[in-house]
Amino acid sequence: MSISTARLLHRFAVYFILIAGSIAMVFPFAWLLRSSLMSTAQIFIFPPEWIPRPFEWRNYSDALTVVPFFRYFLNTMTIELSVVAGVVMTSTMAGYSFARLKWPGRNLVFGLILSTLMLPYAVTLIPTFVLWKSLGAINTYWPLIVPAWFGGGAFNIFLLRQFFNTIPKDLDEAAYMDGANPLTVLWRILIPLCTPALIVILIFTFIGTWNDFLGPLIYLSDSNKFTLALGLASFRGMYNAQWGYLMAASTAIVAPIIFLFFIGQRYFIEGITLTGIKG
Amino acid sequence: MNAVADELSVNAAQLPRKTRLSGIARMERKWGILFALPAMLGFIIFVVGPMIASLIFSMTDWSIGSDMKFTGLENYRAMAADDPLFSKSLFVTLYYTIGSVPLGIMAAFLIAMLLNQKVKGLAIFRTVYYLPVLVPSIANSMLWLWLFNPDFGLFNSMLRNVGLPGSQWIYSETAAIPSLILMSTWGVGNAAVIFLAGLQGVPGHLYEAVEVDGGGALRKFWHVTLPSMTPTIFFNVVMGMIGTLQVFDQAYVMTNGGPNNATLFYIFYLYRKAFSEAQMGYAAALAWVLFLIIMALTALVFRSSRFWVYYEGEGKG
Repeated sequence: MSISTARLLHRFAVYFILIAGSIAMVFPFAWLLRSSLMSTAQIFIFPPEWIPRPFEWRNYSDALTVVPFFRYFLNTMTIELSVVAGVVMTSTMAGYSFARLKWPGRNLVFGLILSTLMLPYAVTLIPTFVLWKSLGAINTYWPLIVPAWFGGGAFNIFLLRQFFNTIPKDLDEAAYMDGANPLTVLWRILIPLCTPALIVILIFTFIGTWNDFLGPLIYLSDSNKFTLALGLASFRGMYNAQWGYLMAASTAIVAPIIFLFFIGQRYFIEGITLTGIKG
Repeated sequence: MNAVADELSVNAAQLPRKTRLSGIARMERKWGILFALPAMLGFIIFVVGPMIASLIFSMTDWSIGSDMKFTGLENYRAMAADDPLFSKSLFVTLYYTIGSVPLGIMAAFLIAMLLNQKVKGLAIFRTVYYLPVLVPSIANSMLWLWLFNPDFGLFNSMLRNVGLPGSQWIYSETAAIPSLILMSTWGVGNAAVIFLAGLQGVPGHLYEAVEVDGGGALRKFWHVTLPSMTPTIFFNVVMGMIGTLQVFDQAYVMTNGGPNNATLFYIFYLYRKAFSEAQMGYAAALAWVLFLIIMALTALVFRSSRFWVYYEGEGKG
């Protein structure tokens, strides 16, 4: 009986801490939403109220029109499409090559590329900026897009290589015997088998690009070309104390990502797990 | 006789196969290099080239719009001797790292341990803890700026509700970094999910072995859970550290490095030098010092890992 009491207490403690932690996690979201729907008058009441009255939906329509947020959304999506396509395509090619094709120096090259994971981006930032400046590409999307077409990042290559390594090599050899070349093997056999890993990379690349701030900040100066993240930051300078607007605009940037998460939840968990464990 | 025939037939079968294999080898070599080409070119154009260039820049007095003059190690000397902001930014960044990495690891580990107790609603809890990770850093900074607002923010109104004095949070020189560390704990969900997956992978027979020896929960934790998890902890420490040493967005959006440089994060200082003051040479030197610091810290963690990271079996990991 004392054992069952102890077990009950233990269970209680587990749920208590988990729920308390969950509340702490949800609180900032609640604050964000509630502020995004409040009038300026109500937002500055002390002690703060939680339920907007009335619901100030205008915050959203105002915030999203005083600054051209739709324009920023289109800009962001333009970059997204080009970056995601480049990353998925070239990291798949590299991951496949490093995992399953034999060529001299392969492991050395892979090791070198992998070592860039430790490299702070600051080291390459300035010369890369100078390079794009000398090419006249400042205030264009090229500096944000082109690097994605050159391998798609060490991390993604590593992830796909790991994934390709788990597929039996007999498949390739059988296909070679039938006269297939590596391109056909990759396209017909391997890509269908590693779709989950590709979706993981697609999703995380999409989010990384959506959230990127320093890149657009450095390369884009014309406010018509801003991305959502950069637009939101500049918005802050314009409407300093308009917390309703600022929170509505922030919500508008958070919401698509949360939506994406709920659609592809399985891939998220798989992706994080894959990255953490196999490291 | 039979053996000879076998040998012959094997040879006969091998002969054409061998040439075909070398054909395959040639094909693999050709396609292998072709497929890895974008990644290799990217490595040269966007990593090796810029690294060499930035090392060269770092030994010049170059600022945009003026001529470049070779000054040797002058930038590095100036950094160490004449630039109080350099040491300030280094201190700020390390302070933040030392505060937020261990705290984040411990909180994430605790959450993962709890979630691993066969709780009901695991998927919901996991989602709740993970959601904050998804918030884009600029929106995150905006939200916390508002939460920290001394007059109308959530935190101060909660404190005042229970009769405590509020804090100036990020607007106070002493509270600014602790505030940002607190903010960073909102993102522990990522490490927690990684830890949870690791915990689920701990082989059950190890726990049974402890049970057979009459060991309790504490023993299981100390002798099985913790040792099995050390590689994952190690991974999270290294990745967390590399991330916190490169904080930029919060400083840019929330504090602008202030008050009185209390949140002058290293990369923010570098950004300012390079893109506000156009001192490219000096900024490149700052970047190289950060690179060396990250290398040294990573090496330190790697070296120490020999004493505390346990890999099941040899050469596995």
